[in-house]
Amino acid sequence: MSDQVETNKHPRPLSPHIQIYRWTLTMVLSILHRATGVALYAGTALLAGWLLAAASGEEAYAVVQSISTAWYGRLVLFGYSWALFHHMFGGLRHFIWDTGRGFDLRHVEIIARVTAFVPPVLTIIVWVLAYSYLGAF
Amino acid sequence: MSDMRTPLSRARGLGSAKKGTHHFWMQRVTALANIPLTLFLVGALVVHAGADYATMTAFLGNPLVGVVMLLLIVSAIYHMRLGLQVVIEDYIHGEASKLLALIANNFFALTIGVACCVAVLKLVTAQ
Repeated sequence: MSDQVETNKHPRPLSPHIQIYRWTLTMVLSILHRATGVALYAGTALLAGWLLAAASGEEAYAVVQSISTAWYGRLVLFGYSWALFHHMFGGLRHFIWDTGRGFDLRHVEIIARVTAFVPPVLTIIVWVLAYSYLGAF
Repeated sequence: MSDMRTPLSRARGLGSAKKGTHHFWMQRVTALANIPLTLFLVGALVVHAGADYATMTAFLGNPLVGVVMLLLIVSAIYHMRLGLQVVIEDYIHGEASKLLALIANNFFALTIGVACCVAVLKLVTAQ
C-alpha cells in the first residue's frame, strides 16, 4: 500500500509513445495503413448494402443510388476509393519487405514516398474516368 | 511415481501448435488475391458510372462476374477479419472485452460475407 502511494508521488518514467516522437513519413504511413484497414472493414457494410439493394429490386436500389450520388455519398465513396488504393500500396510495400529487401533507409524513404503519393493520384484518375463515363465531360 | 501417464502423454498437446505463421500467411495470400479482385470491382464500377438498374443487375447477373464477386467477397472478408483481429489484440487488453471483441469481429465478418454472397447469388440466378 505504501508502495502504491510512493509510486503516485514519484511516477516512474513510461516508455515513449507517439506524442513524444518526431513524426516521420514512414510512421504516418504505418498508422494510415492500419486506419485505412479499419475504415475498409467498416466499408464492407456499404458494399453489402449496395449488393443487397441490387438483389432486392429497383426501389431498394434507387434508395442506395440517391444516397451514393448525393454529395455526402460521393465524399464517402471518394474516401473509400482512396483508402482502398492506400491500403493496397501499403500492402505492396509489405510484400517488398517480405522478400527481405528495401530495408535500408534510402529505399525505405523512396518506397514511403511512392506509397504516400501514388494512391491519391490513382484515386483522382479513377474519379475522372468515372465522371467521363458518366458523361460529365 | 504416483502419475501413471507416460512421458509422451504428458508432453502431448504442450508447446507449439505449429500454427504460428498461419495467420500471417493467410493475411498475405488474401492480400495478394485482393489486388486483382478489387481492381476488377473498381474498374467495373467506373465503367458503370451512371448506369441504370437494368444495366447494373445485368452485369452483376453475369455468371463470370458472379464468380469474381464471390472470390472477392471471400478473400476480402477473410483478410479484414484477420486484420481487425490483430488490431483488437493490440489495443484491447481486458480478457473479457478482448474475447467479446474477437467474437464480434467474427460475427460481423461472417454476417457481411454471407449477406454479400446471398445478394450475388440472387443476382446471378435471377438472370
